[in-house]
Amino acid sequence: MKELKILAIIAALVGITYYGIEPYAHHIMHPEVKAADFQFKDLKNVDTSLAGNVDNGKVLVEANCIACHSLESAGHAKTMLDTDAAAAYGVVPPDLSSAGRIYDKNYLANFIFDPVSAMHLSHKYPAGGAKAFPMPSYNWMSGQEIMDVVAYLQSVTPKVVGKDTHKATYDAACGRCHSMSYAKSEATTPKDAVKAYMGATPPDLSQYIKSRQEHYLHGFINDPQLLLAGTSMPRVGLSEKAQEEVIAYMEETGDSKKAERERVGLWVMLYTFVFAILAYLWKRKIWSEVH
Amino acid sequence: MAEFKQADSMYEWFDQRLGIDKFVKVMMTEYWIPKNINFLWAMGVLLSVMFTILVVSGIFLLMYYKPDVNMAFDSVNYTIMQEVGYGWLFRHIHAVGASVVFLIIYIHMFTGIYYGSYKKGREMIWISGMLLFVLFSAEGFSGYMLPWGQMSYWAAYVITEIFGGVPLIGGDLVVWIRGNFYVSDSTLTRFFMLHVLLVPLAIIGAIVLHFYALRFPHVNNEEGEFFDFDKEAEKYLAGDKKNSKVVPFWPVFLSKDFFVLGVFLVFFFYLVFFHYDFAMDPVNFDKADGLKTPAHIYPEWYFLWSYEVLRGFFFEIAGISGKSLGLIAFAVAQGVFFVLPWLDRSPMVKPANQRPYFKYWFWFLMVDLIVLTVYGKLPPTGANAWVGFASSMTFLILFIALPFITKAEAKKVGGK
Ligand code: HEM
Repeated sequence: MKELKILAIIAALVGITYYGIEPYAHHIMHPEVKAADFQFKDLKNVDTSLAGNVDNGKVLVEANCIACHSLESAGHAKTMLDTDAAAAYGVVPPDLSSAGRIYDKNYLANFIFDPVSAMHLSHKYPAGGAKAFPMPSYNWMSGQEIMDVVAYLQSVTPKVVGKDTHKATYDAACGRCHSMSYAKSEATTPKDAVKAYMGATPPDLSQYIKSRQEHYLHGFINDPQLLLAGTSMPRVGLSEKAQEEVIAYMEETGDSKKAERERVGLWVMLYTFVFAILAYLWKRKIWSEVH
Repeated sequence: MAEFKQADSMYEWFDQRLGIDKFVKVMMTEYWIPKNINFLWAMGVLLSVMFTILVVSGIFLLMYYKPDVNMAFDSVNYTIMQEVGYGWLFRHIHAVGASVVFLIIYIHMFTGIYYGSYKKGREMIWISGMLLFVLFSAEGFSGYMLPWGQMSYWAAYVITEIFGGVPLIGGDLVVWIRGNFYVSDSTLTRFFMLHVLLVPLAIIGAIVLHFYALRFPHVNNEEGEFFDFDKEAEKYLAGDKKNSKVVPFWPVFLSKDFFVLGVFLVFFFYLVFFHYDFAMDPVNFDKADGLKTPAHIYPEWYFLWSYEVLRGFFFEIAGISGKSLGLIAFAVAQGVFFVLPWLDRSPMVKPANQRPYFKYWFWFLMVDLIVLTVYGKLPPTGANAWVGFASSMTFLILFIALPFITKAEAKKVGGK
């Protein structure tokens, strides 16, 4: 039929144009990078096959970590106000309660061994440079000791379940530096302090699920340098599950009507489809008189 | 005053005063449209519906939108998108509708070109149509600025900057348009005014003109046939509907348009709910920041072809800078479709494929416009810049050649 032929020609022209300005242009402007690596295979300083000893880990943490970090789940409360902590260290040191839950084990072990290389921030904190990263390297610890610390941190992490994990993980992983005004969440480290510490003000993340979108965030959070070379944002080392929780929270905040949109969408399309069928039947009836 | 007799019904009461019977006849049941048309002739009605949808959804958005550089972004992305019940629905319909309306405008326009519906008495339909195109462009451009995202800001910056190339008054002109030396709050508020008041008013006026211009030359048909509408209408009214070459606007013509509209709306709502990135660019969900230039700045897709004509000239020729050449080419591209009826020197009103020379011109133009559109989005570096140059030149040459091509065609077909 002639009209179908016309429709096919239009569909082809529109399709080619669409392909050019959307998928193809996107592919040119944002070349694919290496897939996300949730094993953090580049980090090899610590032998993570060693089984950790929780009791020994407890001793090590109490001797080395809680001078700066709180660990509320094990009864070590914060000793300073956030603003004071930020002034003292540059950034508010994280509470370690959720460290065992949200960080990948390999990452966490290697981070303790040498934070700067694990975070891929050597360009911000070069060895012997003017600015030192506030947390020292524990490269003097043996692999066994580091794995003890990791085992202990994993043992004290409180159980969070369901949707609560989304916010909890976001707060622990991102909320020290980033604000998310649409979730009424403000970075625990004051803006100016972060800027002095990292060299840039971390953006408000309210709409990042829309402006960056899931695919990009998936790669970016896993290793920021791959997608934005030179950025001050550290590789935070979230496990795949924890990262998904963070992205879910960003979606709940930035695209809160998604479920409603998809539900209503189906009904509206169904409605218009029925309309089209009725219109077709009516048209056939009307035109049978004139043809 | 005519004599009024007691009305027997409410209908009669109104009819006596407003002439409803006559009005319905003139506008609907005895407004004659050729029978020999395909679904491409439904695009006008689709555009009318789309314009209505845009007005209605726009009114809802207007209830919560705040035209202020400090509030605009959040009023759209937080208040409307997340707090107000179904605010997101109106925004999605409005944003996607504004993009899709251009798709339909282009189909409508190129239908007109393909079937030669712009000449031999239909010039005013064409001119008023082009006027609508320009007004819709202004509406699209001003509307895109309102959410005050990064692309709003930088597209506004780049496009207003273009006027700086106008000789002598360029610099002042840019300041006059922006209401400031840079794109700022005063720019936002004036484009807000244009978007919600002045341009829509002008569009309504132009639609009336466009519809009026259709009345005398009548709508064209698939074969470009000229016939006596009065005679065919008489035939129809006498009951010989099957042999008459015309059908009334209501219900016959519209019954088909409703079906086309139904199919279109399924597609449209699919885009609204599930596939809207092409119309709501992710970059625009970053708040405008005059100190942070995005890596890639591009206008909405429907401006890409003319944007590429502007960018295509990137080097000096004969002592004229690339920028000036681009600007001249851009100005030509904006105006040249207006004078199409006079560039086409062939008397043939036929579908392009039945015209010996014009058919090549038409399909060449289509290909060139697609190339321009795609390269208008890609970064203009390396080979891309040269493709842009070649396709911009092709565009200009096509229009310079059109009078000659069609003159030759006229000679070949012998004034038919
Ligand atoms: C955007 C708002 C517009 C509306 C609401 C509109 C509406 C209409 C309607 C209802 C018709 C009659 C039926 C049909 O052929 O579709 C029509 C015909 C026409 N329009 Fe438009 N139009 C618009 C824009 C344009 C533009 C941008 C152009 C081209 C520059 C244009 C050129 C024409 C031509 C040449 C015809 C005559 C078609 C024929 O005789 O076969 N219109 N328009």
